[in-house]
Amino acid sequence: MSFISYLINGISLGSVYAIIALGYTMVYGIAKMLNFAHGDVIMVGAFTVFTIVSTLGLPPALGILVAIIVCTVFGITIERVAYKPLRNAASPLAVLITAIGVSYLLQNLALIIFGANTKSFTSVVAVKPLKLAEGNLVISGETIVTIIVGIAVMIILSLFISKAKAGQAMLAVAEDKGAAQLMGINVNKTIALTFAIGSALAAVAGVLLCSAYPSLTPYTGAMPGIKAFVAAVFGGIGSIPGAMIGGILLGIIEIFGKAYISSQMADAIVFAVLIIVLLVKPTGILGKKIQEKV
Amino acid sequence: MKKFMSIAMTSAMVMSLFAGCGNTAANGTADTTETATGTDTAAESTDASEETAASGGVFKIGGIGPTTGGAAVYGMAVQNAAQLAVDEINAAGGINGYQIEFKFEDDENDPEKSVNAYNTLKDWDMQMLMGTVTSGCCVAVVEKTSSDNMFQLTPSGSSVEAIQYDNAFRVCFSDPNQGMASAKYIGENGIGTKVAVIYDSSDIYSSGIYQKFVAEAANQPFEIVSAEAFTADSKTDFSVQLQKAKDSGADLVFLPIYYTEASLILSQAATMNYAPIFFGCDGLDGILDVENFDTSLAEGVMLLTPFAADAQDELTQKFVTSYKEKFGDTPNQFAADAYDAIYAIKAAAEKAGVTPDMDVSAICEAMKSSMTQITLDGLTGVGMTWDASGEPNKEPKAVKIENGAYIAM
Amino acid sequence: MNKMSKKFPGKMNKISKNNFITYLLVLVLYIVIQVLLATGNVSSLMEGLLVPLCIYVMLAVSLNLTVGILGELSLGHAGFMCVGAFSGAFFSKCINGAMPDALRFIIALLIGALMAGIFGILIGIPVLRLKGDYLAIVTLAFGEIIKNLVNVMYIGRDGNGFHFSMKDFLSLNMEADGEVIVNGAQGITGTPHDANFTIGVVLIFLSLVIVLNLIHSRAGRAIMSIRDNRIAAESIGINITKYKLMAFSISAAIAGVAGVLYAHNLSTLTALPKNFGYNMSIMILVFVVLGGIGNIRGSIISAIVLTLLPELLRGLSDYRMLIYAIVLIVMMLFNWSPKANEWKEQVKEKYFSRRVSKGKGVK
Repeated sequence: MSFISYLINGISLGSVYAIIALGYTMVYGIAKMLNFAHGDVIMVGAFTVFTIVSTLGLPPALGILVAIIVCTVFGITIERVAYKPLRNAASPLAVLITAIGVSYLLQNLALIIFGANTKSFTSVVAVKPLKLAEGNLVISGETIVTIIVGIAVMIILSLFISKAKAGQAMLAVAEDKGAAQLMGINVNKTIALTFAIGSALAAVAGVLLCSAYPSLTPYTGAMPGIKAFVAAVFGGIGSIPGAMIGGILLGIIEIFGKAYISSQMADAIVFAVLIIVLLVKPTGILGKKIQEKV
Repeated sequence: MKKFMSIAMTSAMVMSLFAGCGNTAANGTADTTETATGTDTAAESTDASEETAASGGVFKIGGIGPTTGGAAVYGMAVQNAAQLAVDEINAAGGINGYQIEFKFEDDENDPEKSVNAYNTLKDWDMQMLMGTVTSGCCVAVVEKTSSDNMFQLTPSGSSVEAIQYDNAFRVCFSDPNQGMASAKYIGENGIGTKVAVIYDSSDIYSSGIYQKFVAEAANQPFEIVSAEAFTADSKTDFSVQLQKAKDSGADLVFLPIYYTEASLILSQAATMNYAPIFFGCDGLDGILDVENFDTSLAEGVMLLTPFAADAQDELTQKFVTSYKEKFGDTPNQFAADAYDAIYAIKAAAEKAGVTPDMDVSAICEAMKSSMTQITLDGLTGVGMTWDASGEPNKEPKAVKIENGAYIAM
Repeated sequence: MNKMSKKFPGKMNKISKNNFITYLLVLVLYIVIQVLLATGNVSSLMEGLLVPLCIYVMLAVSLNLTVGILGELSLGHAGFMCVGAFSGAFFSKCINGAMPDALRFIIALLIGALMAGIFGILIGIPVLRLKGDYLAIVTLAFGEIIKNLVNVMYIGRDGNGFHFSMKDFLSLNMEADGEVIVNGAQGITGTPHDANFTIGVVLIFLSLVIVLNLIHSRAGRAIMSIRDNRIAAESIGINITKYKLMAFSISAAIAGVAGVLYAHNLSTLTALPKNFGYNMSIMILVFVVLGGIGNIRGSIISAIVLTLLPELLRGLSDYRMLIYAIVLIVMMLFNWSPKANEWKEQVKEKYFSRRVSKGKGVK
């Protein structure tokens, strides 16, 4: 019984990682950059919803909509100001470091605006928890919604990339920026669109993260951001279904590690499994094999 | 060109560090009138302090704690409450007729940064230190204050080593003291028979209490059936720790942790339909004031704490009202400790009759002995006294949360 | 990735001149600060920052060996620092008083270097088979594992010898007279305060000698050839694994020495996310990238600038870290953006036309 309950908890935690990882992997797949500020955009989304729903008392649906808009604007602005000038820099590391700077910036901005006190986030999910086995097994409404939203996002994103014209353009840019440009694709616009979609996803992830784990501080996004990054690598970074699978597996491993090995060493266990997976399959579970150019 | 720029920048920065700090400020005497009031952290300080700063006789008290980073909530509470106490004292005529100037520096909860903050305050000619807020930093800083022989009173540095030298005192209880007191209280009052513990194994405060609690539990009539940890890197999901407590049949869960995590534990326990008695220490205080928190979740939670923001005594009410007025939120345990710390410094300084023109070491010697002679009625205890080891003597109060408010037990 | 290798053939003169400037820079800084110290012109803050500055300079120089010279992105450098710090502090705490302080400290430094170097090899063997971002994430994972394990490690000593536990203090089962040396999250307290500025500078010099000589040796050229074209390097018979491991473990060992220095500078040693977590690893990476990948002197300068910056911004109180973040972003854009570089070229041509021909390697 407790095994099934741990499994359910693992999936709950994993579904949150998965939805964050989707945004991560999307941006990485197209723009080929690790956006360390992604976790903090999530925090921005959560604070927007908190302000609108809890402080101003407006309906949650409006809050989510505004959060998506705010995060999209943030995402595009960050890309335009901090990342775009470095796209053709001599080393891809330059933009990675700038992303870290943006991450510090967002955290400290939130600290000044909202203060350091923990805020309790009111869940925006209205779905009732599912009770099985006489109430001994509980699947929370947040988990159900997170998984459904995660799968929906995964399908829509996959369809968008393979069918829509803009999605095709993204694939082309991911493959080869120069060639894409020659084919008449506006590379700048395409990458800006990628960040817009990634940031909108971050807003959704922020709402679901804070609904499931209702504590909100300026640093809320940082650790889930790193865990989701691990999840994305785990599933094969750049692969959209991989992010989903990686996220859920990571959640399950974390919970099982805590439950059956040691709760003190939960982090070490998660990272050890990651290392083993990458050593066996160096590009993650669903990752594409890297072609080595000679 | 780039290199030229960077070298120019470096040298400019290095130079600016040296400039203006030319006086050998190590033993910071206050007769120098050059103060940095313009860039002062304590920008909110009243006009009164600036007036006297100009005339020369002013006590310079420094404070150190995290105001950025994950622990910022505790540092900010200390900074605000200390400033409040300083303003009150200044308005009432100061210490021995001298005004206080208070400056608070950020240490990001990093021992190395804490030492930097301490040195910055020394350059400012600090005479007494009210800090640091967190234990780990306090251990690093107490080493420095001891070698400079500067009086140090930490509001909330609770580990044993935090006040290991004779120049250092604290307002809060020590970690072992809390672990011991909790185990005794649970045992003697028969609150629980099967106890589960959930603690933060990456935190000094939490693991310190846990160690002593488990050691003392052996002498008590209850049994520890499960002890599960979490770490700073995975503190959102507590389902496993709660499930284990539930499976082992624990009727009491001991939470020697801070209220931020505890609020999550309570809400997750509610989802699981698990309703044991939750028992915590002073770190749990503040849980009712988490913005937007559903206080019905905390119904029945018991905690041993010296301070409760909705206590009915006049002092607490006055403090809470003026704190809310000034900073917009309800003060927590840390704020109360800091407020008491400033008043303890005032009491000891008046007892010893120190004046700002004495040097740091002389002040320290005088304060060290007067600290053990004062009795303070503060927010965190009535009739608090200190012994030479630096530990406070005060009684923890056990309180229970009923209808969203603390009720003394 | 960078053009440094291009300037090597037949220009040994320039290289030694370049190295000489680096050594001279450190020496001049040292002498200037010593003079200021002697004349009492140093603020307490600056005096307290001297050892941390040495630590960060060493970390930046050592990481540059991995990132700049070997060309692999490592996000776990703080893990090696952690290994060095804890092994060195553990030794000092055990031996304290039993041998002369200077000798004990030197041995502690060697132990720190050795342990971190061994960890470098152990981690390097699996990790260096991976590439790019995957390598980065695995090094991050190792760093976090080290931090997590150190946090649950309990070591005590009593009449019967050493006791070790990964659970808690009580399971050490020590006798009453036992002394806890490593106490889980509370780490090691009371490490003797041995570090000082002179030792720090001597260690920087040693690291520079090791790193710069390695870069300009046969082995160093082999390492750089792996970075620039692995297959070509392999085809001419270079033992890839050996040279990769060499660079990686030397880099780890120097980080370990920096860790020992760190442990002997503060009386408390705890493995916080702040000092040994991925945050610190990333911070060291920031030093390296801002200073110029592969540019050792740049690493030294940027480590100094970025360590001093938050301290100098203290006057801004609440806005300190916000301004720091903005300055970091602006400096990155200024140093790395192709547009900014073009503009700098123009300015250079206008005002420093004599210097153009020298054109620095890394842009």
